[in-house]
Amino acid sequence: MDAKRIRIQNGITYGMVIAFWVVIQIMDKTGNLSSLLKGLLVPLCMYAILAVSLNLTVGILGELSLGHAGFMCLGAFSGAFFTNCMEAAMPSAGLRFFLALILGAVVAGIFGLLIGIPVLRLKGDYLAIVTLAFGEIIKNLINVMYVGRDAAGFHFSNKDAMSLGMDDTGVVIVKGAQGITGTPRAATFTIGILLLLLTLFIVLNLINSRTGRAIMSIRDNRIAAESIGINITKYKLMAFSISAALAGMAGVLYAHSLSTLQATSNNFGYNKSILILVFVVLGGLGNMRGSIIAAVVLTALPEMLRGLNDYRMLIYAIVLIIMTIFNSSPKAIEMRSVLMDKLRHKKAAGKEAA
Amino acid sequence: MMSFLSYFISGVSLGSIYAIIALGYTMVYGIARMLNFAHGDVIMIGGFAIFTAVTTMGLPPMAGILIGVVVCTVLGVTIERVAYRPLRGASSLAVLITAIGISYLLQNVALLIFGSNSHQFTSVVNLPNLVLADGKLNISSTTIVAIAACIVIMIALTTFINKTRTGQAMLAVSEDRGAASLMGIDVNKTIAVTFAIGSALAAIAGALLCSAYPSLTPYTGSMPGIKAFTAAVFGGIGSIPGALLGGIILGVIENLSKAYISSQLSDAIVFAVLIIVLLVRPTGILGRQINEKV
Repeated sequence: MDAKRIRIQNGITYGMVIAFWVVIQIMDKTGNLSSLLKGLLVPLCMYAILAVSLNLTVGILGELSLGHAGFMCLGAFSGAFFTNCMEAAMPSAGLRFFLALILGAVVAGIFGLLIGIPVLRLKGDYLAIVTLAFGEIIKNLINVMYVGRDAAGFHFSNKDAMSLGMDDTGVVIVKGAQGITGTPRAATFTIGILLLLLTLFIVLNLINSRTGRAIMSIRDNRIAAESIGINITKYKLMAFSISAALAGMAGVLYAHSLSTLQATSNNFGYNKSILILVFVVLGGLGNMRGSIIAAVVLTALPEMLRGLNDYRMLIYAIVLIIMTIFNSSPKAIEMRSVLMDKLRHKKAAGKEAA
Repeated sequence: MMSFLSYFISGVSLGSIYAIIALGYTMVYGIARMLNFAHGDVIMIGGFAIFTAVTTMGLPPMAGILIGVVVCTVLGVTIERVAYRPLRGASSLAVLITAIGISYLLQNVALLIFGSNSHQFTSVVNLPNLVLADGKLNISSTTIVAIAACIVIMIALTTFINKTRTGQAMLAVSEDRGAASLMGIDVNKTIAVTFAIGSALAAIAGALLCSAYPSLTPYTGSMPGIKAFTAAVFGGIGSIPGALLGGIILGVIENLSKAYISSQLSDAIVFAVLIIVLLVRPTGILGRQINEKV
């Protein structure tokens, strides 16, 4: 694609996100926004960010990761921890949230780098299972972690709150399986949209840079890329840790939209990673706009089907299977292209007649 | 010492169950080159089929297992026919997503029929416990049956693959699908047979798993499924002895770390060992090293 078309395509993606924000704002002002939808707005932004960031790993770098929720978990906990610690020292809630976002992204990014160094040597399904394993390990470790603070500083334990050994001024901040409670709910829809735009800006610019082309060359043919002097390890790690950092940022957003943050399998288990992967694959590998649309539609769909109660997840599952088969089955693709050809012929015939 | 031995033996037993499940993963992976994420949920369906037959309808346990095996085999073949076969030749990610869809589908069908409450599963093993060393070592009969079932299945499966024409066809398809079909092997049929065997084993694994851990919910299969998948990767995915080895090592590590380190961290320890093994041997303990060609 030439530079102009890329600019137009990216412009459409940004425009779509901004238009979504404007529509929601208008609906909110005119009172047409249901409370159900209102509660969905921050999660929608969060899932969109997660999908775009995972698409960087899966679609652009071409490596299957099933541990994205683990990075999100790291970001969520370090961000919420920071906000809770700094409550007294930093009165401005906005500044605290901003710094928490940066911290969450940095922590997740560093872990992405640390995990990426050994793990990215593996390929395909092996990489998938190892990233899944890392995600589960992170979740399990946070579940047994206790952190408290008193006049003497921070105390850590992996048993219970009592063994922290704090004096009377001590406050337990991370309570093992009970997680972190009392985080102010600073996340708003506007902040979510701004973070989504930031994520898009980072990822789209990365893709269309020299670095991005190097990353995609590794995906398309690793050996050829290596033979023309591309440093495989460096670019793989770069893509993987940027993706992790963005997931960490989404985690901070998530942590600040709940009053209680716990590392359960529903929140941060491998099922969550798989859910994000579903958005990426259905949206189209390497297609950021598709990721956002898939994240929004597939997050909103089960909620919209709430009236059907028990049947909604069943419908979701069937839709997922049919959509994938229709999208990717060789026969369906062939059928579609035949159909398209017919339409084109008709159009051409129509023009000739005129 | 006796307590160590008893933890060790129950670990081997848990590992045998993992190994039987891992066989389903590893055979399907070896032959169809796909991660069948729904395999864990086939186990759960098997568990519910046996539960319905034995507890609700009052049939003897052996008949229950037989019904479970039939239900799972039919289910596995149907899933393959309806959801996976249309995607043959599509990207592996698309197949993975479909498998995830099937997994959600099975869980939610079970949820609709049986509800989210946990069901008490009556053990299909009805034998006295084995007491050794003057009562110091008490081994439950379920434990022994699981180990025995695993050994029998391993021998039967290895014989089947090495001695029958269908087994040889399976080997050929896993080696090179294109060449196998040129030699006149019906690839679709061979893959269907693989799914049938894998799912029948899932039913047996379901019976053993639910006998050892009697609470049955629509989500019973998912974590053992993931663990067994880990075991298959651990031993070298695609390799049948690898599944046995991986399953048993995993079960023993899990049980010993539950007993001596921390029950909350046992999963983390299992996964950490998996990561270490894969970093040292990137294709698992018994996996074949494949050199990449330009």
